[in-house]
Amino acid sequence: MRTFLAVLRRDLALAGRQGGESGLALLFFVLGAVLFPLGLGSDPGPLAGAGSGLLWVVALLAALLSLERLFRADWEDGALDLLAARPEPLATVVLAKCAAHWLATGLPMTVVSALLGSMLAVPGERLGLLVLSFLAGTPALTLIGAAAAALTLGARLGGVLTAILVLPLYIPVLIFGAAAAEGRDGAFALLAALTLATLALAPAVASAALRHAVEQ
Amino acid sequence: MLEARGLACERGGRVLFRGLDLALAPGGAALVTGPNGAGKSSLLRVLAGLLPASAGTVAWTGRGEADFHYVGHADAVKPALSVSENLAFWVRLAGRGSAAAGLEAVGLTTLADLPARLLSAGQRRRLGLARLFAAPAPLWLLDEPTGGLDDAATDAVEHGLKAHIASGGAAVIATHIPLGIEPAHRIDLGAAVS
Repeated sequence: MRTFLAVLRRDLALAGRQGGESGLALLFFVLGAVLFPLGLGSDPGPLAGAGSGLLWVVALLAALLSLERLFRADWEDGALDLLAARPEPLATVVLAKCAAHWLATGLPMTVVSALLGSMLAVPGERLGLLVLSFLAGTPALTLIGAAAAALTLGARLGGVLTAILVLPLYIPVLIFGAAAAEGRDGAFALLAALTLATLALAPAVASAALRHAVEQ
Repeated sequence: MLEARGLACERGGRVLFRGLDLALAPGGAALVTGPNGAGKSSLLRVLAGLLPASAGTVAWTGRGEADFHYVGHADAVKPALSVSENLAFWVRLAGRGSAAAGLEAVGLTTLADLPARLLSAGQRRRLGLARLFAAPAPLWLLDEPTGGLDDAATDAVEHGLKAHIASGGAAVIATHIPLGIEPAHRIDLGAAVS
């Protein structure tokens, strides 16, 4: 728990200090969503019914942007070696870094999703569902992304490789996230189940991959 | 305190060392020497558990297994955090010690609030070494600890190392310079390979 809190605190401080990837991801999310009404014109016709799905697609792309440096900075500056040499399981470090990443990207995206949703002609009574779907789904984006970012740590072109690896894995989140935002039966439960499953699996995958990167 | 038996390490198909035995008692130090590429860093990484040995075992006796500090080539300094925040993270992780004591030992107290990105290479190295003094641990694994340091900082490290050994700590040090200590063991990796 001490490790978890120490890493969480440091990563939040780093996210706030640098503005870095997390701030950029949020900005990308907002700008990307704003482009659709501009491109499709003032008539809400083409947007009707598509708003929440579009928003979920932009959220996936924005999450991608912030993954590249998730472990890379620690790996390059030697901090990962020191964390790996400690007795606590590396999965604790992964979970703490994921929590910090979600607080810095997923949570702000969830907060602004209501605003962006109304801009994209999502009906007022569905905005609550949209926010809920983001709240339940964005942790899965962080966790799946963390596993992929850890796996591509040693590779050249790591960033591009992460994107190619991660987008197919994001598809279930996209499907159930968009469906949950539209209030389809059972979609929200499946989305939450997906997030819980990644919470159980992703830290183990990521920590094994990090261990492998350290031992190179 | 630390006991390694029959250690062997291969990197890229090349045998760096094999059949290496090392037993360190409290208050003991081992000096690892050898030319570049002889496997000094690899030996320290194997001892720290960061690199799997191709043969042999490493065992700690007495205290908890992870009661050691590893100082590698990278200093694990976050440029965006201040000098004291950088050190405070490692102190919090260890759950003991104080960042102020660590900064004091390496002469960085006056720079405590400076963003670490403004530090010179030697100052960053000192900040990396400050972990040793901020959160005490019985075993130190040091990889070229004085690389890039000026004379005053080298003296401070020597002084700290002597105090650590005198108080019953142990250390394994890969270095090219004598460091003014009388090591209980000398491991010459250059000779071991050829």
